[in-house]
Amino acid sequence: MDSLDPRIARLHDIRAGEVPTVGAHDYGETYEVFHQAKRGKHHAHVGTVHAPDPELALVYAKEQYGRRQQTVNMWVVRTADIFAFPYDDSDMFDSTPQKIHREAAGYKTRDKIEAYKKKQAQ
Amino acid sequence: MEATQELLFKIADDALIMGHTDSTWTGLGPTLEEDIAFSSMSQDKIGHAWNLYQMLHDKFGLADADTLGFKREEKEYKCSHLTEVPTQDYAYALVRQFFFDHGQFMRFSALKNSSIEWLADFSRKVTSEIKYHTLHGDTWLKKLGAQGNEESKARMQSAINEVFPLALGYFEEGPREAELIEKNIFIGEKALQEAWLEKVGDLVAQYGLTLPEGNTVDPSLGGRNGYHTEHLQPLLAEMTEVTASDPEATW
Repeated sequence: MDSLDPRIARLHDIRAGEVPTVGAHDYGETYEVFHQAKRGKHHAHVGTVHAPDPELALVYAKEQYGRRQQTVNMWVVRTADIFAFPYDDSDMFDSTPQKIHREAAGYKTRDKIEAYKKKQAQ
Repeated sequence: MEATQELLFKIADDALIMGHTDSTWTGLGPTLEEDIAFSSMSQDKIGHAWNLYQMLHDKFGLADADTLGFKREEKEYKCSHLTEVPTQDYAYALVRQFFFDHGQFMRFSALKNSSIEWLADFSRKVTSEIKYHTLHGDTWLKKLGAQGNEESKARMQSAINEVFPLALGYFEEGPREAELIEKNIFIGEKALQEAWLEKVGDLVAQYGLTLPEGNTVDPSLGGRNGYHTEHLQPLLAEMTEVTASDPEATW
């Protein structure tokens, strides 16, 4: 099978058992990608890329996350530089049932809003 | 053939053949992300070719884009030798991209001022896409040049030495060059090459690499007049294999 296409030429190598192996971090470390659709809007997290350094992470981020949507800017951040809570602590996000005093619905203005709505409906 | 058609054909053929040649890295890129980026840029190039063939169809009544791209004789193609040579190692692919895309970027930038309005319009759109291609090539040359190690520098330098004569051939004049310049359709290959040499010369020096002296190098000429390397015919045969298997098929 003679071809100009190296993929086809490579089939011979694979058949000969010379399949290369790739380790988890052989492709560099991961970077988190943040995408901004419009100036003034928040950059939103859209995914990750593997890259050897931040400059190439930006190059790859553009191609993988900026190509099919409107984009004005992107950020990349080393995944290792992100501080996060351990998942073991996720129970602290559970809230107690009785904390109406903490929620907007419990404020006095709520009564005024309701009264205004009622008046409008009449 | 009219001068403008000749101009469109050479730009389109360059984009198609470069896109096809680069696409042979798909599935073989050094990393997954790099594979995706490089493949995507080769698709962009084939898209540029399609648009230009389509202009030849719309504005000059020639055959449709698929026919122009896939069903001409080898000697009718006007691509430069730079685009035809099969891909070698990745240093070669990156250096070729660097030379080619800076050429394309500057060519379309010049064409933004073309007296042909629809060509100027298209050029304005396409330059933003090619800007990314040059960023990709620039970034890698810097990484593997100035910021690289001894081996990467040596490999990039030898790729530069090998590709440079082909890159100079990209600026070969076509038979109706004077007419294009006179009618303000295009600034001409000489002016383009001069600007390009200055730009890539500066960049290559910044990246800790060296451009061979222009006067010591024989440009690889012929492509613009239909005289190609031995690589184009087999490339076309393979590229058009599916179409050729059933020319009347509809998609």
